[in-house]
Amino acid sequence: MSLDAAMPRATAPAILPGSGGLRGTLSDLFWRRPKVLLLLMLLPPVLWLGIVYIGSLFALLAQSFFSIDEFSGLINRQFTLKTYGDLFQAANLDIILRTVTMAALVTLASVAVAFPIAYYAARYARGRWKALFYLGIMLPLWSSYLVKIYAWKLILAKEGILTWLLAKLHLLWVLDAWLSLPVVGGNSLSVSFTGTFIVFVYVWLPFMILPVQAALERVPGNLVEASSDLGASPGQTFRNVLFPLALPGIVAGSIFTFSLTLGDYIIPQIIGTSRLFIGQAVYSQQGTAGNIPLAAAFTVVPIVIMGFYLWGAKRMGAFDAL
Amino acid sequence: MTSAVSFQKASRHFGSVRAVDAVDLDIAPGEFFAMLGPSGSGKTTCLRLIAGFEQPTSGSISIFGERAEGVPPYRRNVNTVFQDYALFPHLSVLDNVAYGLMVKGIGKAERHKAAKEALSLVRLPGYGARRPGQLSGGQRQRVALARALVNQPKVLLLDEPLGALDLKLRENMQEELKSLQKALGITFVFVTHDQGEALSMADRVAVFNDGKIMQIGTPEDIYQRPKTRFVADFVGSSNVLPPDFVQRYSGQHRWGSLRPESIRVGRTASGEGVSARLVSTNYLGATTKLALDADGLKLHAIVPAGTALPVEGETVMLTFNREYLHLMDEPV
Repeated sequence: MSLDAAMPRATAPAILPGSGGLRGTLSDLFWRRPKVLLLLMLLPPVLWLGIVYIGSLFALLAQSFFSIDEFSGLINRQFTLKTYGDLFQAANLDIILRTVTMAALVTLASVAVAFPIAYYAARYARGRWKALFYLGIMLPLWSSYLVKIYAWKLILAKEGILTWLLAKLHLLWVLDAWLSLPVVGGNSLSVSFTGTFIVFVYVWLPFMILPVQAALERVPGNLVEASSDLGASPGQTFRNVLFPLALPGIVAGSIFTFSLTLGDYIIPQIIGTSRLFIGQAVYSQQGTAGNIPLAAAFTVVPIVIMGFYLWGAKRMGAFDAL
Repeated sequence: MTSAVSFQKASRHFGSVRAVDAVDLDIAPGEFFAMLGPSGSGKTTCLRLIAGFEQPTSGSISIFGERAEGVPPYRRNVNTVFQDYALFPHLSVLDNVAYGLMVKGIGKAERHKAAKEALSLVRLPGYGARRPGQLSGGQRQRVALARALVNQPKVLLLDEPLGALDLKLRENMQEELKSLQKALGITFVFVTHDQGEALSMADRVAVFNDGKIMQIGTPEDIYQRPKTRFVADFVGSSNVLPPDFVQRYSGQHRWGSLRPESIRVGRTASGEGVSARLVSTNYLGATTKLALDADGLKLHAIVPAGTALPVEGETVMLTFNREYLHLMDEPV
């Protein structure tokens, strides 16, 4: 019989001999001591993260406790909280408040836009439609960030396609009314906070859609049925079942949108007003102004805000469903 | 009297698949009704039609006399115990049970009180603060039951609720479900592929195959007097006898069925009977199941434990009381 030829049952030993050599010895060693393998696998990334990444971050943060000599422009390497005091000057507080407000609004808008898309992808899209969904979400990420922003500058400009489209639809008055509003308005969308907001939402949207979709994907379909069966209308099912179970995904997504908005300096530079965001402040303080300590103090702000944000999210039970 | 659930030529087709095909069905109020069939026979789709998760492609469905087509699940006073329980993982056991009352807008104190009562009803008092993930399979199943019962539904639907439990637990739950149903007087509709479960628990059983109901009747009817070969074969694995064989004993050229426990197995040369060869024996504890071959006709016999058994391969004589030979109406 061919089976017997392939596996000579009677003569085969109960314990097979080791394959020998370095590979065989290593395989046996890793099998006996799985922690050695784990250590070997983790060591390079931990060293990279610990020394190069976190280490340089701490080196930067240490700078924030130095101060700058206003006459000579030299850094005075003595511990002081003076630089942090400078953060609370009206002009700097203004920058922080503006950035945090923008980040919060961008995050809320991203949730509102991302949820239906993620819901469709998680619940209904199958096969080819699902592939198309991923392609649609990822495709913008493959093209250059700068190209996309300049493209938006053209779209939002006074001579741009959006103005043209609204004129064709006889809706130009809506745009003009919006642009005449204080704070959010301006000469055109491309030089207003509204424009900054639109581009922020556009650029960060994939980072919200993907985690929300992953969270919704893990909600078993029969929970929605069970909720409906127990008398909950679709709205109640959304509030009591879908939303709480998607919340970890929303929080994960909002960490991206919120922190990326807090730190970005290119979008407000190209699309928006001349008023600064935190990223731009860091950029100008460490560059033209040469005030490294204040730049470092500014970078601490998003870190502290994100710390409070995560702490608050945890307290509100955002991670309970994990 | 109005039926609790009534199907009139109700169908549910998915494309070319006729999951439920022109089913007529009447379930009486307060009845413990079982839908029995192999997987893919349409029994679960029938349950989902009652719950409102599916809408009939044609025909009509009424619940206590009220037409239910187009009525969403949340407007039906019908609750379901799901096969895998579908408990909300982010809510405590108490909030799971109180969910139906919460969405109806009943205050926290009142709904928690009702939920606690429902938990004691299913013998899980004091479990309210736990999360579903901290419970065993049997406990989750009780929570799912409490969560449905707390709403005092007109009809309770159970989709293979005991399927995931081990044997001992399943037997306990069968008895408990039955006494619970008697005590509450709620109509229970129960889907299962386990004929033993259907026969032991239900007042009436509908046997499904290929989207159609093969037979509806009391467990005794279904077991003793199967109408078709499918029912005879599926419920308790009766011996299905071809017309030529049946004619010799009844004089009628019809398909027949004979329960394995009605066959007596004797030694050769005991006079009249069917001569057969013993193919194999299968020890089942209280009984032993014998596989026999009577001139190409495969038969099963069940004999009590302790019976002196012939050896495999030996020729034996089979006898049976003719009144146990049941003639079937329909050929299929």
